Amino acid sequence: MDLSYSDEQIAFAQDVREFARANLDPRVAKKVLEGARLDREDYLGWHRALHKKGWVGVGWPKQFGGTGWDSTYQHIFDEVTADEGAPQLIPFGLRMVAPVIMAFGNKTQQDFYLPKILSGEHWWCQGYSEPGSGSDLASLKTKAERASDKSGDHYIVNGQKTWTTLGQFADWIFCLVRTSSEGRPQEGISFLLIDMKTPGITVRPIIMLDQEHEVNEVWFDNVKVPVENLVGEENKGWTYAKFLLSHERTGIAGVGRCKRIVKRLHHVAKQSTSNGKPLIEDTRFRDRLAQVEIELRALEITLLRVLDAEREKRAPGPEASLLKIKGSEIQQTLTELTMMAAGPAALPYVREGEGGGADAAWLSNDAYRYASGTYFNFRKTTIYGGSNEIQRNIITQMVLGL
Amino acid sequence: MNFSLSEEQVALRDTLIKFIERDYSFDDRWSIIRSAEGWSRTRWNQLAEIGAMALPIAEQDGGLGGSAVDTMVVMEQLGRGLVIEPYLGCVVLPAALLTRGASDIERAGLLERIASGETLVAFAHTDAGAGHERAQTHTHARRANGGFMLTGKKIAVLGGDCADTLLVSACVDGAPKASLFLVQPDSATTKRYAYPMQDAQRGGDIEFVNAPATLVGEQDNAQHAIDYALDAACAALCAEAVGVMTELHKATVEYLKTRKQFGRPIGMNQALQHRAVDMMMHLEMSRSMAMEAALAVANENADLRAKAISAAKTLVGQASRFVGQSAVQLHGGIGVTHELNVSHYFKRLTMINATFGDTDWHLARYGDLMKAA
Repeated sequence: MDLSYSDEQIAFAQDVREFARANLDPRVAKKVLEGARLDREDYLGWHRALHKKGWVGVGWPKQFGGTGWDSTYQHIFDEVTADEGAPQLIPFGLRMVAPVIMAFGNKTQQDFYLPKILSGEHWWCQGYSEPGSGSDLASLKTKAERASDKSGDHYIVNGQKTWTTLGQFADWIFCLVRTSSEGRPQEGISFLLIDMKTPGITVRPIIMLDQEHEVNEVWFDNVKVPVENLVGEENKGWTYAKFLLSHERTGIAGVGRCKRIVKRLHHVAKQSTSNGKPLIEDTRFRDRLAQVEIELRALEITLLRVLDAEREKRAPGPEASLLKIKGSEIQQTLTELTMMAAGPAALPYVREGEGGGADAAWLSNDAYRYASGTYFNFRKTTIYGGSNEIQRNIITQMVLGL
Repeated sequence: MNFSLSEEQVALRDTLIKFIERDYSFDDRWSIIRSAEGWSRTRWNQLAEIGAMALPIAEQDGGLGGSAVDTMVVMEQLGRGLVIEPYLGCVVLPAALLTRGASDIERAGLLERIASGETLVAFAHTDAGAGHERAQTHTHARRANGGFMLTGKKIAVLGGDCADTLLVSACVDGAPKASLFLVQPDSATTKRYAYPMQDAQRGGDIEFVNAPATLVGEQDNAQHAIDYALDAACAALCAEAVGVMTELHKATVEYLKTRKQFGRPIGMNQALQHRAVDMMMHLEMSRSMAMEAALAVANENADLRAKAISAAKTLVGQASRFVGQSAVQLHGGIGVTHELNVSHYFKRLTMINATFGDTDWHLARYGDLMKAA
């Protein structure tokens, strides 16, 4: 047993750090470190730099153009890039639809979609949840009916998806659609890939509690989708959906990002004051920071254990739910601590480039500019990707057998 | 022992309930938030007509001579309606501060104009970068031309966007103890930066550079009045939080009954039922402490007053966190949207916690007083 990195792994970490310092736009890194909202190009600039280096397919096997890294290398990459202030790689293409296409798509689909996901040419979004189908995803109603005309065989899709993260930037959406109402709800679901430019698709913004546009409603009105865009078999989509969700859950843990926030909290806690002393001297605050740091270390080791155990398997098991629950809770604690550190400076609503917000240069501590907004925004983490209540149900049934 | 409101207090409460129902729907609130000023002078005047502004001001100063329990009644309803207008910042706070910290002559006229709703007075106290501490010593006053000149930066001033007059805490010529000053805003020497707060209430940061100021009360001896006023404000915030939590709990229980997943209301799930029960327990504990805090405001023993207020602010802060976070979580996706009122209640609770001392700050203060007793 050994929890330390090998010389080779330490050298790799150094390579990643040097690459990030040479290729990451400092303006974007600053935004990431402060918690500011990123635009499409902020994400894509970093994505393209990684693609050029051959490092964008972090968890992908080499045969599809991935790095072929083992779980430890992936973790080092995540940790070091997060620490340098790199934007999160948008998971919808790389970590969600790509594994499904690799495992269940045909050769034509693999050849067409995977290189475009790697290059950043296709930005993907997720069409899972519907207004009446959140936790109970299998009850989804968006319908896809087979039809043919002189242009060929296709599906006609009608319905509505919601909570579509960054759908306003997306070129493609992967959707769960109902192709049959026979049998159990899970048995009539199919997995469709849909070009966002297809006529009949409308994207409407949903403004979140931090007053930002991050998620959307996506409406389908007689949207014609070629049958070639079906992944795997018709009515077997639920299997692929679950496969994808388990991938989402390991990614959601966000250990690298959490470590970055911890580091930043240490920095601001030394600068801020509480009752005339540096905040880090406030034992209540320091205990809270110590506590979450301890939990984060436990999460990190647990994540590495889960990834290691699953190296040989096709998909992460129900243990991934544990990582999602704990990771989201730690992320929320960290954003809450940052807001607490801000003290009264948490009150103003600051927004870049808008006359309505407080003059940022004026605020007592720039570090806290996005503190409250980030805290509010992160309430989503215990809700999305299967709420933490649903994750606990999964563990109850699949692990404990209760 | 008597936990009932008086007839007058019941009448006041019912009047405010009607005001919220008739004139402060969620849609009304939206249009107020989106207006240029970000709050409504019409609604302000309505509150003044109800007598809310005159309530915390003594009769000899032109008010109705109400108690902190009366303020509690008002604040709880303002919380239920998520009222934007700066009642706490421009009525409760300056009234308490002037009552304790100004001479009869100094407060003559000013309190009367606050009581009528005519003048907005804000208390600029929190120094930039100084956290929640009560003794803010970074703003300096120096004697000049027989008066004083102020230099410093105050942040997150409630009503700091719109106040006609500012009460400002500052230390004279490096003295360790604060004095209180009146300053007229919007001059070459006093600049304000107005902004919305996270919860859509309005406020501002204010910068003084050799700003002419008039001393109020005794020099170097304002801290006791500041502590009293901030304690009164904390008691009021506890009552407001109870109002907010009442609405959030009601909305959440309703949602648990109506939202269906897996073919049945989500409220059939025991994990969610128990969470809703815990929310109610937090709410009722908070209601009790808000009462104690309101009654403690009048306690002439400053330590006993402080202890009760900090106990309440700690417990209500912890409850607000649990109730706010749970309400959002149990609403799921819709709970984190700007569209539904749940997130607005949640944000107000969060900001109440960050105002005039968070739970950690008040727990520490309580501990210090407990140790000293």
